[in-house]
Amino acid sequence: MRELWQFTKLIRSKNAGPFELTFDIMFKDEDCFRKVMASGKLSAELIARLYKVDLKQVRYFVIEPLLTIKISIPRPVFSGDVNDTDVYGGQFHGPLVSLKIEPS
Amino acid sequence: MKKIKAVAATGNLSSGFREETLVHAVAQGAHFIGCDAGTTDSGPYYLGSGYPRGPREGTKRNLRIMIREGLKAGIPVIVGSAGHAGGKPHLDWTLEIVRELARENNWHFKLAGIDCEIPKETLAGEFLAGRIAPLCPAPALDETSIRQSARFVAMMGIEPIQAALKSGAQVIVAGRCSDVAIYAALPVMEGIPKHVAFHAGKILECGSAAVAQRYYPDCMAAEMDQQGFTIEPPNPAFRCTPQSVASHSLYENADPYRLVESGGTADTTNAKYEAISDRAVRVTGANFIPAEKYTVKLEGAALAGYRSIVVAGIRDPLVIRQLDAFLSGLRTVLEQKIADSLKLTRDAYTLQFRVYGSSGSMGQLEPCPQVEGHEVGLIIDVVAPTQALAADILPIVWHTGLHHPIPEYEGLISSFAFPFSPPGADMGPVYRFCANHVWHLNDPCGPFRMVLENL
Repeated sequence: MRELWQFTKLIRSKNAGPFELTFDIMFKDEDCFRKVMASGKLSAELIARLYKVDLKQVRYFVIEPLLTIKISIPRPVFSGDVNDTDVYGGQFHGPLVSLKIEPS
Repeated sequence: MKKIKAVAATGNLSSGFREETLVHAVAQGAHFIGCDAGTTDSGPYYLGSGYPRGPREGTKRNLRIMIREGLKAGIPVIVGSAGHAGGKPHLDWTLEIVRELARENNWHFKLAGIDCEIPKETLAGEFLAGRIAPLCPAPALDETSIRQSARFVAMMGIEPIQAALKSGAQVIVAGRCSDVAIYAALPVMEGIPKHVAFHAGKILECGSAAVAQRYYPDCMAAEMDQQGFTIEPPNPAFRCTPQSVASHSLYENADPYRLVESGGTADTTNAKYEAISDRAVRVTGANFIPAEKYTVKLEGAALAGYRSIVVAGIRDPLVIRQLDAFLSGLRTVLEQKIADSLKLTRDAYTLQFRVYGSSGSMGQLEPCPQVEGHEVGLIIDVVAPTQALAADILPIVWHTGLHHPIPEYEGLISSFAFPFSPPGADMGPVYRFCANHVWHLNDPCGPFRMVLENL
């Protein structure tokens, strides 16, 4: 069973301003891109569940020419708030890296 | 047809660039040098406190080279979001560095400073008049919370920079400013269409980040014309590819296609990126949608309290295996002790246990908080209304925690490994971002105050 990072050349999260978080998943090649897309594992539903936001707050972009998926959500805790844990928002993507992908 | 060439010195004024790259870029024929000096990425502290983010010497070195080259070539130098947060103290800090440079080098030029800090009373009035609206998501804001906040800035668009250019300023230092506006102001004034100038500005503002392999921060250059722009790094060791340029537009943007600015949105859905050499990319195909109302983004910071922290390691596997119960039991004891000795109820302060090795980085969102390792790092984080209170709570917390018992042991134990003496540190004021709103303006230059000086 392969993990998401094995299909990608980049997985990252970052603030898009202090109130939103954006994830970029850039695939190594078209074959990797198609396999992960076909598996259905990297879904808006997964993001909504993992990051505890409403499904309708998940913005999901498939940018085929760049073999990239971008997903943006409101930050559950705003950057720098007293109970924030990650001011830059750069380490929220951790759980996605080891996401199990079943190629179909 | 007129072409305008913009040079970005680097992605942020406090990071570096190679002197020879900027010299070469200007010699190749630039119409202006720009640099973004700010961001909200490092959190609300800089806006709230009024402190700039340095380093001062590095920022001065960068400004020295930019202004020297700008004066030599007779082209403007434009710095936006001065001092990191772009408020009045941040602007003043940067202007003082520029004046110092002028004195030290015997330079004489017209300097424009554009202040965009907005008095709270003004904003409270604008709020009541219905001219301030929240973006989504936004912290709750009303005229009471506006008055209780620390500082607000309005993010200027291209117009105040254009006004400074028209006044003959050779060096322009602006407070909080759209990154794009730094690079779009002059080209639009010279007749470059907004969809070209805004798109180019978005890529330029990160300096050399749009190259295929960025070995170090450095300059970027883009030549704009009526149809599009050509982007090519002035450093011969770097190259742009259609992939690197297009991918860079994804960075830090929630929406990869819509670039919302004051006055309108640049839509890059149909943008084309073509390699015209092995290092230059031609970009065309963006579209500009004018806004119905001219709005500027408001940023604000409010004081949330004062923080003191303790750092400790825990290495005893018996403590680690029951850590959740240990910490929640400790919390119950602490609330009572703090109430007894300091007469503070639970809601008068916040007490957080940040457990690294469990859920320190993701907090409540961590899907796998079980500790796998043989040690954890603990940060005990206290925030109280004054620094003195936080500093008084802290020793109660760490000393009690240090000796908090576990059922497996008889006798007094010490479960925290403090790296430091004193174990605790006062972190100073804590701010929070209190606004993510837009302000409807009748005049795009209205709230911004320009001061011209002949140095």
